[in-house]
Amino acid sequence: MALIEFKNVAHSYLRSPARPEDYALRPMNLAWEHGGAYALLGPSGSGKTTLLNIISGLLRPSAGRVLFDGRDITDASTVQRNIAQVFQFPVIYDTMTVFDNLAFPLRNRGVASAEVRSRVSEVAEMLELTNNLRRRASGLAADEKQKVSLGRGLVRFDVSAILFDEPLTVVDPYLKWRLRRKLKEIHKRYSVTLIYVTHDQGEALTFADRVVVMHEGSVLQQGTPQELFEKPTHRFVGYFIGSPGMNFLPCRLSTDGAEVAGQPVPLAATLLTKAPQATGLEIGIRPEAINFSGSGSGLAVEIGDVEHLGTRKIATCRLGEHEIKVVVPPEQPIPSERGILKFNPAMTRLYADGRLVG
Amino acid sequence: MRLTLEKVTKTVREQPYLYGVDLDLAPASFNVLLGPTQAGKTSLLRLMAGLDYPSSGMIREDGTDVTLLGVRKRNVAMVYQEFVNYPSFTVYENIAAPLRRAKRLPASQIDAKVKATAQMMHIDPLLHRLPSELSGGQQQRVALARALVKEAPLLLLDEPLVNLDYKLREELRSEIREIFRHGTTTVVYATTEPQEALLFGGNTIVLDAGRVLQCGPALEIYHRPATIRASQVFSDPPINLIRAVIGPQGCRLSPSVAFPLAPHMRALPPGDYRVGVRAGHIGLAAHAEYGCSIPAKVELAEINGSETYVHAGHGDFQMIALLQGVHEFELGDEINLYLDPCSLFVFDDAHNLVAAPGENVGRTRAH
Repeated sequence: MALIEFKNVAHSYLRSPARPEDYALRPMNLAWEHGGAYALLGPSGSGKTTLLNIISGLLRPSAGRVLFDGRDITDASTVQRNIAQVFQFPVIYDTMTVFDNLAFPLRNRGVASAEVRSRVSEVAEMLELTNNLRRRASGLAADEKQKVSLGRGLVRFDVSAILFDEPLTVVDPYLKWRLRRKLKEIHKRYSVTLIYVTHDQGEALTFADRVVVMHEGSVLQQGTPQELFEKPTHRFVGYFIGSPGMNFLPCRLSTDGAEVAGQPVPLAATLLTKAPQATGLEIGIRPEAINFSGSGSGLAVEIGDVEHLGTRKIATCRLGEHEIKVVVPPEQPIPSERGILKFNPAMTRLYADGRLVG
Repeated sequence: MRLTLEKVTKTVREQPYLYGVDLDLAPASFNVLLGPTQAGKTSLLRLMAGLDYPSSGMIREDGTDVTLLGVRKRNVAMVYQEFVNYPSFTVYENIAAPLRRAKRLPASQIDAKVKATAQMMHIDPLLHRLPSELSGGQQQRVALARALVKEAPLLLLDEPLVNLDYKLREELRSEIREIFRHGTTTVVYATTEPQEALLFGGNTIVLDAGRVLQCGPALEIYHRPATIRASQVFSDPPINLIRAVIGPQGCRLSPSVAFPLAPHMRALPPGDYRVGVRAGHIGLAAHAEYGCSIPAKVELAEINGSETYVHAGHGDFQMIALLQGVHEFELGDEINLYLDPCSLFVFDDAHNLVAAPGENVGRTRAH
């Protein structure tokens, strides 16, 4: 159990990095509170796994220090750090039984056999592996193997943190729900720090209390799922979170609002005073914060494709050269060809050069 | 190409992988093969490709028996879950490979086809690079381009997007949809995700444990899953299944939860059933006419930014409700969940669908 801190940590896989883009991880200060459930979210190549491997000690950062509870452990080994890690693909011993696989991390540390038995049976029960304990791991299906792999990460509750590197990628959606739920139960019960790397926003947002969004080796935003959804501080966060992502529309400011493609869009009054006289102004609006209006004022658009996804419909609208995605409940009718869009002003954001104005 | 499978089975070392699969895929159709891991999707695709031979049954291409014809003698393209490219070839040569191998095309035509396909997959600026110099998404675009350039009448895609960022998935998914919208290729796209079946919207084949459970347009299966298992395979989040007793007075889910029968349930004979309700049809607000209230204890609330998934238990059944907006709950909170009986699927003892909700209950008709 520990507070994990990064002090000016940076990493490059090159021998003599010079430019910022030579760094897989650009200099950063970060803190992971004890007992938190964190998700590291970003596209592949954004530095998530590098960051995780620096925490676990698999990788020594090229610059900066890593502290556990104020203690400098930058040069400490993985074992000394007392960290458990679960990887994307199952890491188990095929020739051992499921029981022995789960017991391995405990026996390795000389835990007494009675304690081993109780820990293993507890984890096996949580992961619904009890009936397979006597089976050889080699005979298990891929998703069962991944459960064993998860179990090996979870079997020790005295660790500083448990790190997960996209552990549910190879698992089908149905099992994903159950396993994610198990992880949250474990988190609640043992208040152990969990750090979960994923490129899947759905997984990150539902799993974590705090989400850390990464892009090109930097942390762009850290916050609760709701903060990231409602107030993305960067264009990239708005695009990356949400499916479909946030709509961005170049705009001009007028005296009482904004103008998109010559049509007025209401904006919160406070935004108008805050807005810089800069170029590169854009309206950011979530597809969920737009509605079709029968008549009256709004943005007149052409309506293209409508996708039916069961629990919702996605309409792709065109406004001049811009595309606007709109999400509506399945029962709500969508006008054909032409329609009028109303933006929820409380959810209409303003961006300048890709950064949130408000 | 019309692809027909008749009673196709596959057994490997006495272990059955596929049981009597019958399929008839129309020429130029887009087919989604939906099933959980281990359902037999890859086994089935390999038989369609001629990479494996069935243990029994027949495979026809446009009526011609090709059951025992190997992949080299068939005109088929396949894309895998892993990014498979020739590591020592440039992107250009990777895409050109099937043209150089199979047909005797003049260099100028090969060049034109390679460039046109690369442009379609948005990798034309990368033609001189090696696969190792590309991101995962770009590598998979190259593999897709190589499959497309062949212009084979049959294209098999085995979970091609599963190893990509979901944003890249979104992009490639809509591109794939666009490319085949007006094409002449028969496509089979394997996936574990019901959302993908709905997004592609074509013909969906639900496969589970080596058997085809149901076949038809995606939305039709979504609205009328033929069996409990089909409803499970076609629901993400998982569909809620609850034991129910239907009598002349109404439907009872537990000693304390009962409600009058919704119109679509009234013709059912009294007896034991299972009702299915999708997470999005359980809410916190009572429905005006037929509201059924279920007291439940919160086990977990997952907030995804704009919606909340509440996992809650009532007696011995557990439910997942998808609530619009952000709702904070603590573990153990007592809440009342409401479901609209009009939105219930009813399954009989044999797990077959016997009553489906009307189309206008929070649902839309397919266009």
